[in-house]
Amino acid sequence: MTPMLTVENLSASYGVVRALNDISLEVNEGEMVALLGVNGAGKSTTLKSITGVLRPVKGSIKFLGQEIANGKPEATVKRGLSLVPEGREIFGTLTVEENLRLGAFVSYQRDRYKADLKEMFELFPILEERFTQPGGLLSGGEQQMLAIARALMAHPKLLMLDEPSLGLSPAMTDQIFELIKGLRDRGSTILLVEQNAERALGIVDRAYLLASGEVQYSGTAEEIRRQVDIASVYFGGDDAAPCEVTQ
Amino acid sequence: MMNLEFMINTISLGSLYALLSLGLVLVFGILKLVNFAYGEYLMIGGYGLYFSATVLHAPWWAMVVFGILAAILTSYLSELAAFRPVRNKSANALLVTSFAVSIFLQNAVLILVSPRARAVPLPPIFSQTVNIYGAVTPVRNLLIIGTTISVLILLSLLMKKTVLGLAMRAASDKFTTTRLMGVPANLVISAAFVISGLLAGISSIFWIGRSASVDPVTGAAPLLIAFIATVVGGMHSPAGAVVGGFVYGLLFNVLSITLPASMISYRDAFMFVIVVLFLLIRPEGIIKGGYTEERVG
Ligand SMILES: Nc1ncnc2c1ncn2[C@@H]1O[C@H](COP(=O)(O)OP(=O)(O)OP(=O)(O)O)[C@@H](O)[C@H]1O
Ligand SMILES: [Mg+2]
Repeated sequence: MTPMLTVENLSASYGVVRALNDISLEVNEGEMVALLGVNGAGKSTTLKSITGVLRPVKGSIKFLGQEIANGKPEATVKRGLSLVPEGREIFGTLTVEENLRLGAFVSYQRDRYKADLKEMFELFPILEERFTQPGGLLSGGEQQMLAIARALMAHPKLLMLDEPSLGLSPAMTDQIFELIKGLRDRGSTILLVEQNAERALGIVDRAYLLASGEVQYSGTAEEIRRQVDIASVYFGGDDAAPCEVTQ
Repeated sequence: MMNLEFMINTISLGSLYALLSLGLVLVFGILKLVNFAYGEYLMIGGYGLYFSATVLHAPWWAMVVFGILAAILTSYLSELAAFRPVRNKSANALLVTSFAVSIFLQNAVLILVSPRARAVPLPPIFSQTVNIYGAVTPVRNLLIIGTTISVLILLSLLMKKTVLGLAMRAASDKFTTTRLMGVPANLVISAAFVISGLLAGISSIFWIGRSASVDPVTGAAPLLIAFIATVVGGMHSPAGAVVGGFVYGLLFNVLSITLPASMISYRDAFMFVIVVLFLLIRPEGIIKGGYTEERVG
């Protein structure tokens, strides 16, 4: 079986700053894969390359067998790739409704849209309550839910989430992780970017560990746990404090 | 009936300034570019009026259509040919490009037409006056007010009720994220330039209507007004532009009647001083930006 997403020998840079060095990774259909790493490891840069926001220096990115490495950002969602961006990136001046409508920009069909909204309200009841309010007035956790719902409105084949737990309270983090697990159980294919390695490894099938723009470890969640002392490398659980990788 | 006359004059001047400012702020919202070529769209609109009248002998309504189309086309083509190629470079590259477009268009007209002003024959309605309860005012002032109200209503319907408007509002909030929703960057940017050109074209009719002439630097003054009005009103929303336009019009008219005759030639200097003082107190303008959060992470 060919993987849904294949990244091969990808390098990317911001001007002279090399952010990714020859990384390779795969996501198979129905799988949930984590991309782990500390601040500045290159996680978001990987997603920016996949979504066409950043043009890679070299390497190949194949989605469903098609080369997408130099595609435009607007083509991404049409291919079936949706991103829940880092920092949520809610349209703050637009209402919750309008945010969701934009999520369905490429796939809009009246009846399906209505049905999808209903489904989102079941997943995230708060969105129904706040339907006509500006997105900017939502709390951080509510915005994260809106960002996820907005991405789901496009019926993605692959859902990518960039640090969905960032800046959320432990209770809200629990809720978000529960939700992501739920999406995966419904059969979604997910690429989850997280610093919270402990939590992420608890729900994913496989993981890649990025450090300084290179894949340091990869394997099943079990294997990663065995190879890496997560607590020492990460501020994984709720108890450890943030720290840098020592090399 | 000094008061009613003053009110009508102020509202009509404010309306014209609001239209001008709106066209500038729409492009700024999406590209974060103060388009210094904006005044030239108005100027080309003026030449559209001039040529349709003198060469084509068009009736007044065809002149209006022709002038507006000329402004829209110039705006659209300038985006396509000049702004699009440098869009990904830097904000400064865009800004410099807008100066280049401005100078190019001025010189093109200077060489192809004439450096001298051309008289634009306008329908008599532009020079007639009416008497409303004793207040004497040019008919074109009422036309400006009516046109502005209609334009504002149509534009807000477009922005609020259509998917294109939704995409444009999203793009002025978070451009890259909007693209990730599948909205083509070129679509929203072209749309912004087309609407900007439309507003320049409509403003052109009334701007030219006051002097009944057009020359290669006709665009300079309206650009300056639009720029200052948007800064005063707030660069981050169309509402700011409209409010800024009206406030600027009010300020202009108040100074016009309060300054002694010997000082009237310093009116612009007074305006700038007041604007600068205001911006010291409130640098973000009258209307602040939306609810947009600071970025996290
Ligand atoms: N816009 C940018 N311009 C210049 N350098 C950048 C830019 N964005 C990221 N970088 C650099 O690229 C490297 C990788 O950044 P990236 O955002 O991919 O990290 P990350 O793993 O997502 O970190 P975080 O967990 O903090 O989000 C870092 O060294 C960072 O400083
Ligand atoms: Mg990141």
